[in-house]
Amino acid sequence: MNVIKLEHISKTFGNETNGVHAVRDVTLHIAPGEIFGIIGYSGAGKSTLVRCINLLERPTAGTVTVDGQELTRMPERELRQARKKISMIFQLFNLMPSRTVEQNVAFPLKGSGLSREETRRKVLELLELVGLPDKAEAYPSQLSGGQKQRVAIARALASDPKVLLCDEATSALDPQTTQSILRLIRDINRKTGITVVVITHEMAVVKEICHRVAVMDKGCVVEEGSVFEVFSNPQQPVTRSFIATTSNLGKIEELIAANDPIVAVKPGEIVARLNYGQSNVSEATISEVSRRFNVDVSIVFGNVEIIDGQPLGGLVAILSGERITEAVNYLSECNVMVEVLKRG
Amino acid sequence: MADLLNVIIPNVMSKPELLWKAFVETMEMLALTAPISFFLGLVWGVTVVATRPGGVLENRVVYLVVGKVIDLFRSIPFILLAIIMLSLSRLLVGTASGVKGSIIPLLFGTVPFFARQVESALAEVSPGLVEAAQSMGCSPWEILWRVYLRESVPSIVRGGTITLVSLIGFTAMAGAIGAGGLGNFAISYGMRNQMDVAYVVILIILVMVSLIQYIGNRIAQRATH
Repeated sequence: MNVIKLEHISKTFGNETNGVHAVRDVTLHIAPGEIFGIIGYSGAGKSTLVRCINLLERPTAGTVTVDGQELTRMPERELRQARKKISMIFQLFNLMPSRTVEQNVAFPLKGSGLSREETRRKVLELLELVGLPDKAEAYPSQLSGGQKQRVAIARALASDPKVLLCDEATSALDPQTTQSILRLIRDINRKTGITVVVITHEMAVVKEICHRVAVMDKGCVVEEGSVFEVFSNPQQPVTRSFIATTSNLGKIEELIAANDPIVAVKPGEIVARLNYGQSNVSEATISEVSRRFNVDVSIVFGNVEIIDGQPLGGLVAILSGERITEAVNYLSECNVMVEVLKRG
Repeated sequence: MADLLNVIIPNVMSKPELLWKAFVETMEMLALTAPISFFLGLVWGVTVVATRPGGVLENRVVYLVVGKVIDLFRSIPFILLAIIMLSLSRLLVGTASGVKGSIIPLLFGTVPFFARQVESALAEVSPGLVEAAQSMGCSPWEILWRVYLRESVPSIVRGGTITLVSLIGFTAMAGAIGAGGLGNFAISYGMRNQMDVAYVVILIILVMVSLIQYIGNRIAQRATH
């Protein structure tokens, strides 16, 4: 049972022939309790797609089902009720500047039937949850960016939503604040089981908190899968270029092109990139190869990350010795992808 | 003191009860017109913003009609508007003279002016706030009330201040065509070479305008966070 089902969503701005096709035939299923990332460069259509989930943008074609209700068939009034269970946070926070933090968080509670006292208690609980219990009386202009986003998260949670949509929620924040906001979102996801959809152009964000990810390019979802799958075995060039932004293993090509002395090889030596796909990242494989085939492995640089709880990464190394070919074959048998970049 | 005043403003000192009467008439014109203009201007301004392309109650026809009507009355100089409105005033309030007769032309002069002030105040509200409210399930009316109006209180107050000051100017012109008030008082005696009357009236109006501006600024400041 999926909490969000997007079926064949297309969104065209302007007319059909010479309009802008922001989203083209996207089908995505998102499971309850999942943190789902949608990554793409600006203009890829990811912000339009996320607005199709709560119908802030009405898709030109396709159906949107959230929590078993088909939103695309609902009349306005019912849709507004349904939206109360699909909260959203934004890149620029969108807090009401004339209201205090407390009033901002209480904003969605109007008409919810809660008494003044109950509302106040609930707001204070939420501020406690996001780590700002002492800011109830402050105005947004008195808060830092990270604090504003915390208030926005508290406001988003006030209506006890099933789904939290995050539209570039950390893109206006510095790296440290980004980390703390992502951690907060993950904690809330674990505590409440809320389904989270994260829109971002930063692979680091996906890596940090997402379980699954969809990569968007020119309005289409070009790749989709668990974050580990996508990171360990990217299929599309756009995905690879995103991954390259989070790792330094891509730098080797530049160094080789520039004939950098660091990658200078003697005849018989090779420069190779070793990518560990499965969870067998360990230096033991290298030592083993070195011993068995009497090959020298000198590591130029390495990059190992923990993604979704599993280690993932690789090395760039210069191999030298008589039995390089055998060593390479052995590594491939051990599920290490070997890419020979340069031969001496 | 009284002797000194008799020397510098003899023509005012000779008829203080007329000056007082003129002042009361002006205050009456303001008191009757300002609240109605405030309300109507707010309604018109909100209508324009709500129905504009991409607005929460988008409606091309209403947007164009309201916009053109506002532009039409904004383009007519007030002194001409007052003359044009004479017969409508007779029809609606039964007279075209005195304080009562001034209300219709003053409203037609002020409402479109304030409507544009409200429009530009509401246009300053960030589209992101509207989007956030929509994502929280707010209806278009809730968005107009809880986001647009509430979040633009300081700008509306500033626009209201400007409008009130221009309304004082209008009352003086209305005075010229028989509405009474300070404007009428200054013009009729000023023309008879009693310039001290005109100067005193200008001074009184200056004090009124300064006071309005001061109060408006204070309110706008207090409402800004």
